[in-house]
Amino acid sequence: MDNNATTSLKKEVLDAMIPYYTDIYGNASSKFYKVGRDAEQALYKMRESVAKSINAPNVNEIYFTGSGCEADNWAVKGAAMANRKKGNHIITTKIEHHAILNTCEYLERHGFEVTYLDIDEYGFVTPEQVESAIKDTTILITIMTANNEIGTIEPIKEIAEVAKRHKVIFHTDAVQAIGHMKIDVKDLGVDMLSLSAHKFHGPKGVGMLYIRNGIRIDNLIHGGGQERGKRAATENLAGIAGLAKALEIAVTDLDKNVAHCKKMRDRLIKGIRDNIPYCRLNGPEDEGRMCNNANFSFQYVEGESILMMLDMNGIAASSGSACASGSLDPSHVLMAIGLPHEIAHGSLRLSVGEDTTEEDVDYVVSVLPSVIQRLRDMSPLYEGVE
Amino acid sequence: MYSEKVMEHFANPRNVGEIPDANAVGQVGNAKCGDIMKMYMKIEDNVIKDVKFKTFGCGAAIATSSMATEMVKGKTVDEALKLTNKAVMEALDGLPKEKIHCSVLAEEAIQSAINDYRRRNGEDVPEDKEYTCEH
Repeated sequence: MDNNATTSLKKEVLDAMIPYYTDIYGNASSKFYKVGRDAEQALYKMRESVAKSINAPNVNEIYFTGSGCEADNWAVKGAAMANRKKGNHIITTKIEHHAILNTCEYLERHGFEVTYLDIDEYGFVTPEQVESAIKDTTILITIMTANNEIGTIEPIKEIAEVAKRHKVIFHTDAVQAIGHMKIDVKDLGVDMLSLSAHKFHGPKGVGMLYIRNGIRIDNLIHGGGQERGKRAATENLAGIAGLAKALEIAVTDLDKNVAHCKKMRDRLIKGIRDNIPYCRLNGPEDEGRMCNNANFSFQYVEGESILMMLDMNGIAASSGSACASGSLDPSHVLMAIGLPHEIAHGSLRLSVGEDTTEEDVDYVVSVLPSVIQRLRDMSPLYEGVE
Repeated sequence: MYSEKVMEHFANPRNVGEIPDANAVGQVGNAKCGDIMKMYMKIEDNVIKDVKFKTFGCGAAIATSSMATEMVKGKTVDEALKLTNKAVMEALDGLPKEKIHCSVLAEEAIQSAINDYRRRNGEDVPEDKEYTCEH
């Protein structure tokens, strides 16, 4: 029930990776002998496959990275540094992943100016908000495709049009979105897009940044000439093979998986609402919500306690409470949608996947009400509420 | 992350509930910070005959409440006032660094209840402090 955190590695994906740990162990940059050339050719095929999966017009627009986080860092820092003569202003939202937010804060410390757009109570930002934030000095807009905590799907295509009209580079962090909605970079009209393999049944430690031809960004990692001189480091061929294979499967099975996840998600949401009083669904109701995400706040209880009791019952989930994250404040996303601290502390994210069954959902719905009740019975805030 | 003792007290907390005829009630923490502890005591002849708690908070908050109530039950008021957060932590085989404040809350909750008892008995005891989320 925590598929937004990571997913299982598919057998077919592992099978696609193994040859690059065994027979084809060559360095794709060592072109003067066969095992190196084999690696180079394999890498080209993987790049081609990924380009096809996200409908990138050119194979050379695909750049492999060590993670989704690196792709985000590279896109933002790279675009900022390459365009600082044009301006120093970046537009983003308050609910981005920390890979974007902390990078933006870093750039602020180095003379850049960042606008963090507000979002509405469901997590949506509008193209109009983006447009009115654009200034002469704006060099980059970075807005996530879908939110990892509350599942809100942002109007990326419309924002891309705004960015294009104002000739500002537009990057989207699609790490949570891939595998759960159609991602077509040409149709979306984005300049850059990040993704991470382990979110769609691929391996951990490999990501990708799509950079549209014509977009110039500085390197993040300097060194050798890999990735056409844009990202140094010997290619993680097995990881890339896994990413390409997992993405291929995710795209092929997309409609089937979306339909399945939606069914499981809705069953879960309905089951929780029908059985637990004083709860609220965080994020959009249905339209504009990622097919696999459910995020609830349960009044009078604290999220970490919920997670621990669920874990004792064999259920893995996640929470935006401060305790669960080891910080003083609850999740920035839950704060941004306007939840009071005490409601945000009682949050629980349940994210289903293609391998989630009706039995799994029904089990959660059978366990969760008693967990919440047990904690409420212990809570001084609940006194007199019954 | 948590010791087995913490997990055991979280899973089976001792002394949960209220005491209807309590003569000492204390509450510390606040909902904004994500933890509140409320302690109820029945004190007779300066001895804590019964103690119960209600806690809103994380696993460590519940476990430290449970352990602290166990440690003061049957003790005299003066003995209970000597209970330190360190002693609660040690009894639980330690706490992660970011959870130490929970043991501090448990110590303060005991003190808060006893202070309430003393006030009820006409003693001049200062008011409890305001809680901010700087643990």
